[in-house]
Amino acid sequence: MSVAQESIRDAGPPKVSPIRDPKVRAIAYQALLCLIVAFLVYAAARNAIVNLERAHIASGFGFWDVTAGFDISQTLIEYSAQASTYGTAFWVGLLNTLLVSVIGIVLATILGFLVGVARLSRNLLVVRIAAGYVEVIRNLPLLLQLLFWYNAVLKALPDLRSSYDIGGSIFLNNRGLFFPSPIFHSGGKLLVGALIVALVGSIAFRIWAHKRQERTGQQAPVLWVTLALFIGLPLLVLLSGELSVAFSYPEKGRFNIRGGVEVLPEFVALLLGLVAYTAAFISEVVRAGILAVSKGQTEAANALGLRQGPTLRLVVIPQAMRVIIPPLTSQYLNLTKNSSLAVAVGYPDLVQVFTGTVLNQTGQAVEVVAITMAVYLTISLVTSFAMNVFNSRMAIVER
Amino acid sequence: MKRVITTFALAAAFGLTAAAASAQTLNTVKSRGILNCGSNAGLAGFGLPDAQGNWTGLDVDYCRAIAAAIFDDPTKVKFVPLTAKDRFTSLQSGDVDVLVRNTTWTSSRDTSLGLNFTGVNYYDGQGFMVRKSLKVNSALELNDAAVCVQQGTTTELNLADYFRANKMKLKTVTFASADETTKAYDAGRCDAFTTDASGLYSERLRLAKPDDHVVLPEIISKEPLGPSVRHGDDQWFDIVKWVHFALINAEEMGITKANVNEMLKSENPDVKRLLGTEGAYGEQLGLTKDWAVRIIKHVGNYGEIFERNVGQGSPLKIARGLNALWTKGGLQYAPPVR
Repeated sequence: MSVAQESIRDAGPPKVSPIRDPKVRAIAYQALLCLIVAFLVYAAARNAIVNLERAHIASGFGFWDVTAGFDISQTLIEYSAQASTYGTAFWVGLLNTLLVSVIGIVLATILGFLVGVARLSRNLLVVRIAAGYVEVIRNLPLLLQLLFWYNAVLKALPDLRSSYDIGGSIFLNNRGLFFPSPIFHSGGKLLVGALIVALVGSIAFRIWAHKRQERTGQQAPVLWVTLALFIGLPLLVLLSGELSVAFSYPEKGRFNIRGGVEVLPEFVALLLGLVAYTAAFISEVVRAGILAVSKGQTEAANALGLRQGPTLRLVVIPQAMRVIIPPLTSQYLNLTKNSSLAVAVGYPDLVQVFTGTVLNQTGQAVEVVAITMAVYLTISLVTSFAMNVFNSRMAIVER
Repeated sequence: MKRVITTFALAAAFGLTAAAASAQTLNTVKSRGILNCGSNAGLAGFGLPDAQGNWTGLDVDYCRAIAAAIFDDPTKVKFVPLTAKDRFTSLQSGDVDVLVRNTTWTSSRDTSLGLNFTGVNYYDGQGFMVRKSLKVNSALELNDAAVCVQQGTTTELNLADYFRANKMKLKTVTFASADETTKAYDAGRCDAFTTDASGLYSERLRLAKPDDHVVLPEIISKEPLGPSVRHGDDQWFDIVKWVHFALINAEEMGITKANVNEMLKSENPDVKRLLGTEGAYGEQLGLTKDWAVRIIKHVGNYGEIFERNVGQGSPLKIARGLNALWTKGGLQYAPPVR
């Protein structure tokens, strides 16, 4: 008896042939899959290279430093058709994409939260209007909406000769919105410094006020102090007389307005379209997030004597955020990617400039499309990384 | 980053592989039974489908002529509407067998884009259109103007060059399709609209009030428009090239849609060689003996195509000008069949 028991213990796990061993099998299958994928990638690459060579189509990234030769209507960095390269055109397009995406995300978030909260209001009219907005906007194709906004923006505005004119320095017409731009002769750095001090100061005050409130329960006027810092400090700089500013005023020429800051109608149309569309989705995310917080929380807050505003701000929203942030991230990514529809309304974003004109002039579809895809991938990954960090900070901290 | 780029380059290249591998375009077209022809989606006089889906235009008739030469049936064409920006990728990847879409012949397109231009079926040049109310008489008065232009065209580049050469400032507004460009100009977004002169006349017809607009006299560039094919298939290149030459030669010899059957009895050796009653010139191209007869019978000669689509027989009423035969002071000239 005891001998038999010992022999079983010695044998350990039963011996099986490697072919039947699930562990070995799993590794073998994965290795096989990797090999197949690697072969497919290799075959595709080989095939493409051979075919490109046979057709004598140029390849490589040499076009990057070649003079572009075409104009772009909105450039955030210095660019000219004669002196700039395709590489510069790429950066111009990328910055235009980022500009419309960042402003779009901020505005869509604000509008989305307002509409989301409005749908939960007790006022029936507000609820219906918000619901109507969401249902109409969410169920129409974005491209159609962009074309609508573009035509609405263009048709609604007067032409240059009869443009809306505010004080002879701000103009609005179907060529865009023009307003004076400041040019700092001296003291510009001082002003920037004052703004930085105001920013740092207000954040520090906020942290101090928060800590004090936790310790003593006393509240501090955070909003007023912040406002005072942001208005007061630049005002001090202004009064000190160190600052000398001139304005570049827009001026009517024979055909166009020159000087000042120019906001293109294409930009406005794209921004309106993206914000309206994405806000409808964000509002649904917000509504779902708020409804996910159990009613008991609101009732408990009411029982403690909190008014409606603080209940929403201090109890409901912080808990709702945990539910809201992940789907909100994908809405942000959608907005960024949808900005490539700019091509339909003539806004010079990355797709319009780079995979449009540059691709067409160089004929190098493979390289240009690959770069563009890599850029969108990078933007999306960075956005979602930032949102994940934000999410982990918003997660409930058990105390 | 570099690895990511490479990976995507490979993925994107997949699309290029299938068609570019086959050099035998003629056989592919024959076995498919239909010619895929890259066309303009809407340029009156050059390529435009009507309400019934029938395509008409100078470029369209070139597609029909090629189909007629191969199949003896001008209807065996599938027209693939392409924007200026997508046209080359479409031809490179093999989506279309031939691109006849008022495309300017330039050195870089002929070389690094992997295309071969087969000839010039329309000698054009770039011009400007403005509103009459602006009281502009010359393109040189357009300093500071906003100009609407279609993306991915030689026009876009010439525009920047012309304004620089004349030390004028410019604001361009670029759109992906001709349709959007015209609409934006019509809505007053731009002071001027620029494209090839022939395009200006045909786009003007689409404006809300065509008579309020005027085409300026300056022609600022050379725009030789013509059909193009992919590199690497010389036989197909020859066929498309000689369809064009057949149309020109037919006009020069006075062979028309109406009299082509009588001309078969002609004793003129030039006519006999073109129409295949003597020699085996069609077979040398990989086509049949009567290839030119098929073309002329179905679509007529170059002059007929021109007049019907853009000339006096059309709303555009464009004069032959540079596109007259060389014998009549124009530039259209074809090598002999022999």
